[in-house]
Amino acid sequence: MSLFSDPRWHEVLTHLPDYLGNHVRVSVTALALGLLVSLPLAIASRNRPLLRGALLGLASIVQTVPGLALLALFYPLLLALAALTLSWFGFGFSAFGFLPAVLALALYSMLPVLRNTITGLRGIDPAILEAAQGVGMTPRQSLFTVELPLALPVMMAGIRTAAVWVIGTATLSTPIGQTSLGNYIFAGLQTQNWVFVLFGCAAAALLALAVDQLLALIETGVSGRSRARIALGGIGIAALVAATLAPAMTRSPSNYIVGAKTFAEQYVLSALMAQRLRAAGLTASTREGLGSNVIYDALVTGDIDVYVDYSGTLWANQFHHSDIKPREELLAELKTILAQRKVTLLGELGFANAYALVMPRTRAEALGIHSISDLAGHAHDMSIAADYEFFSRPEWAGIQKAYGLAFRAQRQMQPDFMYAAVASGEVDIIAGYTSDGLIAKYDLVVLDDDRHAIPPYDAIVLLSPKRADDQALRAALTPLLGKIDIASMREANLRAAGNDANSSPAAVARWLWEKVGK
Amino acid sequence: MQSPPLIAFAHVGKSFDGGCVRAVNDVSLEIVEGEFLAIVGGSGSGKTTLLRLANRLIEADSGHITIEGADVREADPIRLRRRIGYVFQSGGLFPHMSVADNIGITPKLLGTAAPDISARVDELLELVRLDRAQHRDRMPHELSGGQRQRVGVARALAAKPRIVLMDEPFGALDPLTRDALGDDFRALHNKLGLTTVMITHDMTEAILLADRIAVMRAGKLLAQGTPAELSASGDAYVGELLRTPRRQAERLNVLLPRGGAA
Repeated sequence: MSLFSDPRWHEVLTHLPDYLGNHVRVSVTALALGLLVSLPLAIASRNRPLLRGALLGLASIVQTVPGLALLALFYPLLLALAALTLSWFGFGFSAFGFLPAVLALALYSMLPVLRNTITGLRGIDPAILEAAQGVGMTPRQSLFTVELPLALPVMMAGIRTAAVWVIGTATLSTPIGQTSLGNYIFAGLQTQNWVFVLFGCAAAALLALAVDQLLALIETGVSGRSRARIALGGIGIAALVAATLAPAMTRSPSNYIVGAKTFAEQYVLSALMAQRLRAAGLTASTREGLGSNVIYDALVTGDIDVYVDYSGTLWANQFHHSDIKPREELLAELKTILAQRKVTLLGELGFANAYALVMPRTRAEALGIHSISDLAGHAHDMSIAADYEFFSRPEWAGIQKAYGLAFRAQRQMQPDFMYAAVASGEVDIIAGYTSDGLIAKYDLVVLDDDRHAIPPYDAIVLLSPKRADDQALRAALTPLLGKIDIASMREANLRAAGNDANSSPAAVARWLWEKVGK
Repeated sequence: MQSPPLIAFAHVGKSFDGGCVRAVNDVSLEIVEGEFLAIVGGSGSGKTTLLRLANRLIEADSGHITIEGADVREADPIRLRRRIGYVFQSGGLFPHMSVADNIGITPKLLGTAAPDISARVDELLELVRLDRAQHRDRMPHELSGGQRQRVGVARALAAKPRIVLMDEPFGALDPLTRDALGDDFRALHNKLGLTTVMITHDMTEAILLADRIAVMRAGKLLAQGTPAELSASGDAYVGELLRTPRRQAERLNVLLPRGGAA
């Protein structure tokens, strides 16, 4: 069948042991930690109305925080904590990936466990509790031989809910550096690879169902006093954990980790760099889908070794400069700032991926709009769309101020969809990226920034402090510097946005190397 | 009374809700060894509270309670409860444990060896007239009300207590079962030389089973004595309580031809 002869299936399956293994590890650890904390708290608070109210209230508040935000919040929190322990006790820890994911997910699992345990314990007939006391049980004996066994069905329902939530939410731990089944989903959404997206969703759902059913087996085993069922369920969960641990044991740790942010160009460039490192005889792996707030810190702490960022992004977002400098000047100054933080700016790749205001060519010509200055007069009855971060970035404030722009409406969109949206007239203007291949595909035009309000965004290769003097790494990556022109990158991005066998980041990276490397 | 009391309440008081409700008000009552005492009263009379004070399911506010000559306040409440049998209203069986596990719970808590518990369970099943093979491994919800209460009695007797406290043990049963169970228990009381305190709201049951009856109302002990002694009491409420069984007996005499069904 042609559907399954698609080479993307092969790529999906090669990632499965790694993604699934990490997903199970982080979920099981988080659930275990969540139970370890919630169960004693629930038991301690069952007869203390104040503590009970406070706990349930707190857990409910945590639950209202969107999973993605909760996970993202734990990263800076742990980063600060790690810096603190380093300065006070002389040791730090990695605030990247596993730890913040486990903590956030454990917190997330607490509400159903707390609520159901408390409900289960409080729902026991008072006559039974009195009988337990009357036959001479200590409070402890009453808890373990009467109350917990009677509350168990309700408690297990809570634990099952928590397990399903944790496994589902764990897909969101990809942006903070924890590999999970979410890697399929994030990569697939960014590169319009629906095979990846669907596979990631289906795998996470199947895993959740499997764990839920194993827990159900244990539950019916306990209530029906069937040792066989309890054993079967326990063995099932143990086998799942063991199976995911095995590949992690045997896999050799890779020497170099190449980071990538959450969009297609980054996936292609990280794949390209990893390929170059391997071609030079080094071992390398990629860590993709990292949030742009996470990736720089991950480089500084050495959790990743190398990644591509953009000069203007670092200038404005990371180092909070609001002034705009000419390209060369900005690069030079950035190099100094980075050097102070022991980060090496290896060099520019040759293209810039700047924000730009983009609209359909025909409409621009009809209205006589060539530059952002021309746009200013029309803006009040136009709508603009941009990615999730643009409107809160300092560049947007700069553009608005420089041109006096005021749009009728602002909308936030998934970057891949906004080009189609502007082409179809859904919105009038988008804040697109200059290196995006979709600009040519949809016959869009980039408006001239005639007042130089948008900073330059040269693509630059950054090395982590611990790799500063790594000659092998430098030698492998130097051939890329200055080689990737904007036209090649646009074409590569367009290829990566395709939905076919040649559109995987690795395949596009090979094509790009063929084109620019020779 | 020649022998010293096995259980003694002296000026015992207990209030709930911060003193608003005086559940037990200055009650003094003595029960001698081997005696079967019934405490009779309506709901809210304080009879159940009085019973719970004896094994410290509730703590008294004032007065003294002594069991086997020792003040219960000096005793460890857990150990105290393990040596007093307690039969709960409608059984109070643990729904997740089998009949055998329910009966054996107190010996188990006392650290008795498993084979000894097993033997004791069999002995008790026989004592309360339940078929061993048929009931041993049943769960409480599979039993009838009468069977459940028999298991409740067996559980109370498991650790061979000298004293058994019973809180309306037969109240929820149908009349026939109730009669049979009452007679069976009275026989056990005599056979094992127990000292029993039974709570009931049914004066007829109290008269038929108990040696002595204590009447409570609104937290106070109104009267105590044998049925004959109570009849002589001038208290209006006690008289009213005794009128019902008397009237029933008279009407039964009229309605049922004597010597009919023997």
